[in-house]
Amino acid sequence: MIRIDNVTKQYRGANRPALDGVSLEIDKGDFVFLVGASGSGKSSLMRLILREDVPNSGIVHVLGENLRRIPGRRVPYFRRKMGMVFQDFRLLPNKTVAQNVAFSLEVIGKSRAFIQTAVPDVLEMVGLGHKANNLPSELSGGEQQRVALARAIVNKPAILLADEPTGNLDPATTEEIMRLIERINAAGTTVVMATHDRGIVDRMQKRVVVLSQGKIVSDARDAGYLLAGEATSVAAPAVTIEEEE
Amino acid sequence: MRLGYALGEVGHGLRRNVSMVISIVLVTLVSLTFVGTALLLQFQITQMKNYWYDRAQVAIYLCTDSSPSAACPQGEASADVKTTVEQRLDSQLIKPYVQRYYFENHQKAYQNFEQEFKGESIAQYVQPNQLNETFWVKLKDPNQSAIITQSFNGVAGVEEVRDQRSYLDQIFSILNAASLAAIGVAVLMLLSAALLISTTIRLSALSRRRELSIMRLVGASNFTIQLPFILEGVVAATIGSVLASGVVFGIVHFFVQGYLAQVLPFTSFVGVGKALVVAPILVGIGVILSALASGVAIRRYLRI
Repeated sequence: MIRIDNVTKQYRGANRPALDGVSLEIDKGDFVFLVGASGSGKSSLMRLILREDVPNSGIVHVLGENLRRIPGRRVPYFRRKMGMVFQDFRLLPNKTVAQNVAFSLEVIGKSRAFIQTAVPDVLEMVGLGHKANNLPSELSGGEQQRVALARAIVNKPAILLADEPTGNLDPATTEEIMRLIERINAAGTTVVMATHDRGIVDRMQKRVVVLSQGKIVSDARDAGYLLAGEATSVAAPAVTIEEEE
Repeated sequence: MRLGYALGEVGHGLRRNVSMVISIVLVTLVSLTFVGTALLLQFQITQMKNYWYDRAQVAIYLCTDSSPSAACPQGEASADVKTTVEQRLDSQLIKPYVQRYYFENHQKAYQNFEQEFKGESIAQYVQPNQLNETFWVKLKDPNQSAIITQSFNGVAGVEEVRDQRSYLDQIFSILNAASLAAIGVAVLMLLSAALLISTTIRLSALSRRRELSIMRLVGASNFTIQLPFILEGVVAATIGSVLASGVVFGIVHFFVQGYLAQVLPFTSFVGVGKALVVAPILVGIGVILSALASGVAIRRYLRI
């Protein structure tokens, strides 16, 4: 489903690569956490999977596409099979909840009939059927993130990418959002989620990929045990720097 | 791609940028009016050339007593000179090029002169024998006037050989220069129109960058993303070019036909039909230019 092979990405003007020889394989239906300090390369990795960026070297295969070879005009069609949510929700402030979700279908040319059934369905699923005609500014942060999730999954994507989706939310709301993402995953969507929140990672008992300084330092399923050990190396990057030198 | 969506976005964009849209409309209006005027001038020149070149003749002016002595040392041309000129015009060498010719004596020249300057004081001072006797030669092909000029220049008793087209060419070159100047101004204006369109489109894209980033995220095709912006530029420029067509039509109808044609009744002027030829050209230029300008602008702003 997602295969990343020895990928290096260096941004122009940066003195150290954002990703340095990263290899990772994610299967259909997996739920994977990407954890690591700021600047560890989580967001860079997500950008590569979404084909927002192209690596300097290495291979990125997502949904059967080699993302270094895919021609520019096919990128939009590739992205239709992906859903994405962010820490800052990225809703359109002048559109209602329903319009925000409908917008993402309108611009990929879905029929009015499809939109009229799909939007209420997905809003019902995220528990916001009763707020379809509210503006984002009238919603709480958790509700706004549910709208963003509804928008991300309304087109039934194969993969959901979530970049710190609970970063702006309080613990109770975080719990709701995580339950929702788990349900989405249970329905068959592969989920890749970047997070800082160790509490979530501990509770969810899913596969955890730990990044530090652009390298994968751990990739294990029994997260709770390993994270405790890896967290120290995340917190103390000096060890890695010494290794590099 | 739903058309309703694209048109809705265009309307939205146009309303959001009203002042910029008005400036696009005005700049295209003015620049295309210049283009239209230049085209009309070219049509006018062609029309006048067709009209006047058909009537233009070569004049062989014979010497008079008052001719300058350099060209005419022996004064008034004798009857022999007229016979010589006549014979030569009828000779096998020249006859094939000549459609017809006629001789205008002092008396006839004076009558024509009087008619031409009727009511002006100069008519009172001119005597018939001061006006040249003239052979008026109409050529089969007006471009071959050099044959007559060369055969008769320097012949004793001939003061000057003159192709009337040389007078006309001066007028035409002035008109031509005017139309080139109009084209030059138009090109500059069109350039600024194109830059203005691309700036406006970029501004419009900037004000919609949230929508654009979401569109790219959910996989809207480049065509879907770009079309509303391109249409926005095209709509504004089309309004400008239609207005410019209206102005060109007005120039022809009210100024050329309504004023010039009344003041100069013997000149053939371009008609409204020509304005109808110019209008689609202007709209075409407006549409193509704006589509290119906004297309390039939005493509450079939005990379995948």
